[in-house]
Amino acid sequence: MPYDEKEFVLSPSRWLAVFASLAVLALGVSACGSSSDSSSSGGSLSGEVAGAGSTAQEAAQEAWTAEFENANSGATITYDAVGSGGGREQFIAGGVGYAGSDAALSEEEGELKKAAERCAPGKLVEVPAYVSPIAIIYNVEGVEGLQLDPETLAKIFNQEISNWNDPAIAKDNPGVELPDTRIVPVNRSDESGTTQNFTEYLSEVVPSIWKYEVSGDWPVKGGEAAQGTSGVVEAVTAGDGAIGYADASQAGELGVATIKVGKEYAEPTPEAAAKILEESPEAKDEAKSPYMFPFELDRKTETQGTYPIVLVSYLIGCTKYGSASEAAIVKAYFEYAISSEGQKVAAENAGSAPLSAALTKKIQPAVEAIEGSS
Amino acid sequence: MEARADTTTNAGQLLAAASGGRRQWGDRIFSNFSVAAAVTILALLAGVATFLLIQAAPAITASSSELPGGKSLIDYIAPLAFGTVLAATIAVILAVPLAVAVALFISHIAPRRLLLPLGYMVDLLAAIPSIVYGLWGIFVLGPAAVGPMKWLEQKLGFIPFFDGPASVTGRTMLVAGLVLTVMILPIVSAVAREVFSQTPRKLQEGALALGATRWEMLRMTVLPFGKSSIISGAMLGLGRALGETMAVTIILSVSGVVTFNLISQANPSTIAANIALDFPESTGLAINTLIASGLVLFAITLVTNLAARAIIARQNIQ
Repeated sequence: MPYDEKEFVLSPSRWLAVFASLAVLALGVSACGSSSDSSSSGGSLSGEVAGAGSTAQEAAQEAWTAEFENANSGATITYDAVGSGGGREQFIAGGVGYAGSDAALSEEEGELKKAAERCAPGKLVEVPAYVSPIAIIYNVEGVEGLQLDPETLAKIFNQEISNWNDPAIAKDNPGVELPDTRIVPVNRSDESGTTQNFTEYLSEVVPSIWKYEVSGDWPVKGGEAAQGTSGVVEAVTAGDGAIGYADASQAGELGVATIKVGKEYAEPTPEAAAKILEESPEAKDEAKSPYMFPFELDRKTETQGTYPIVLVSYLIGCTKYGSASEAAIVKAYFEYAISSEGQKVAAENAGSAPLSAALTKKIQPAVEAIEGSS
Repeated sequence: MEARADTTTNAGQLLAAASGGRRQWGDRIFSNFSVAAAVTILALLAGVATFLLIQAAPAITASSSELPGGKSLIDYIAPLAFGTVLAATIAVILAVPLAVAVALFISHIAPRRLLLPLGYMVDLLAAIPSIVYGLWGIFVLGPAAVGPMKWLEQKLGFIPFFDGPASVTGRTMLVAGLVLTVMILPIVSAVAREVFSQTPRKLQEGALALGATRWEMLRMTVLPFGKSSIISGAMLGLGRALGETMAVTIILSVSGVVTFNLISQANPSTIAANIALDFPESTGLAINTLIASGLVLFAITLVTNLAARAIIARQNIQ
């Protein structure tokens, strides 16, 4: 040992040196994080706008931003798919210019009020922009064209029905030979808008069977759980006798069950999914903001050609922004997203269901209310 | 001040005198930097603990009806803590004997030619990112484990661990534990290997000279000599297994139950995996609740490490 231990008794001047070294270390660690704020005078579109939120919208948002930036070379839009809750939180905190959310802003935890305060003196804008059917995917050897009524569907997912040869399933599928295989219901292990919408459907249509509270967290214990849409698809593909729910566009080669609506069995096609928005009343509250279009989906509909298990995701923004250029970009971007062209791009890239022309017309004024040029 | 510094650096002065005074500068810089680094570590640890406490506070003080799922904080975290400890325990129980065997093979049995490549290969296991282990678990190990797990259910179903019904996808606690086993294997074996190879030659030769077979020699000299290293390696591995997030998040089919059944589709989640799964869609108090669970994980790992230290310290005294 070349030094004795007293070496480490530090004199004040040594302490100073230690802290100086500390500062150097700290500098080395924090040598990042600069923000640029490029804003220019109103009129032409230039500048940056950040958005955050729903992962369901991610593919559509990517397609929209790419197309939008192609058309407006001066504008940059970034979308961070942190999840709906995170997106709303960042929007309220003012961290992002707009949010994508699988759920409309609600009174819960004062979210709606806080969001309105963030937009003051402007108003909140909330429009549906992404509609996606949720398919019931299954993997049962030898079974094709599975048909289910809502009661049976709910009983499968709350584990009341546990075998594929159950009479309740046979009743919906005359002529199909159902195997003696254990049913493995697959659900999302992460909190998600898909789960939220699926459980909402079950609890609205068959409340006597589905008694759980609606939430993004899967409520039933004991099922197979997998992370994300891809995880659910993977688990259903891997397990014989598995059944799950996932965005219809991700179903791939798997069997997709048709669901009984009225007297017919409906397929999760984009058209059938978009139709439910026409059937549904909007839960609009003029007093809060005339520019918010939250939908109370009529999942109990019996209209033929409607598929009731859908996910509706919203774009949330303000009518007024701090800078005119930011407002102009948000306005143009929202306009593009809900336009028939934007909806087509989303359908191609994300498999979503395009909004109907009538609906687009209805929500158009909300987007136009954004004060793009002032 | 100067005088004191002079008297406390006798050895340094001698060295400095020997090499013409230049050395003192380097010594001073090095010493300051190392003290600074040590202080940084302590400050970071204190900072993390403070952050966890402050952020968890709203969840700790909230009434159970406000928390996610309407359960009390303890009811929320207990199954997660159970799952965390269960997965890590499986991994340590499986990994330690395997790691000790690998370490013994490399330090004492392997032919000289195999020694280096084998050591590298084991170390390489530690370099694989955990998400890759996760993907491997879900695409390869899981499906491959479906058959054996069905066998376990049929033949050993009377043991609560293999109660079944066996999962058809293979995304079970047992598979998650196996993947964690592979992940912590290199740490445990590297620590053990280093110490095994330092066993005094005299002891080993003495044992052999007294007529011990190779296995007896290993058992009587190498293993007792390396005992504390095995324990500290196991504890390091346990620490990694407790905190492992990505692999468990991807592999495990979680459903909030508390069960020792290792082969069914219903498994308890772990704290780290639960945070990863629920954080993106959480707001407000739900985030505080997740952070409170993180605080519990922090406490669990801290206690494990302190326990390991205590065991090793006692070993060394003996």
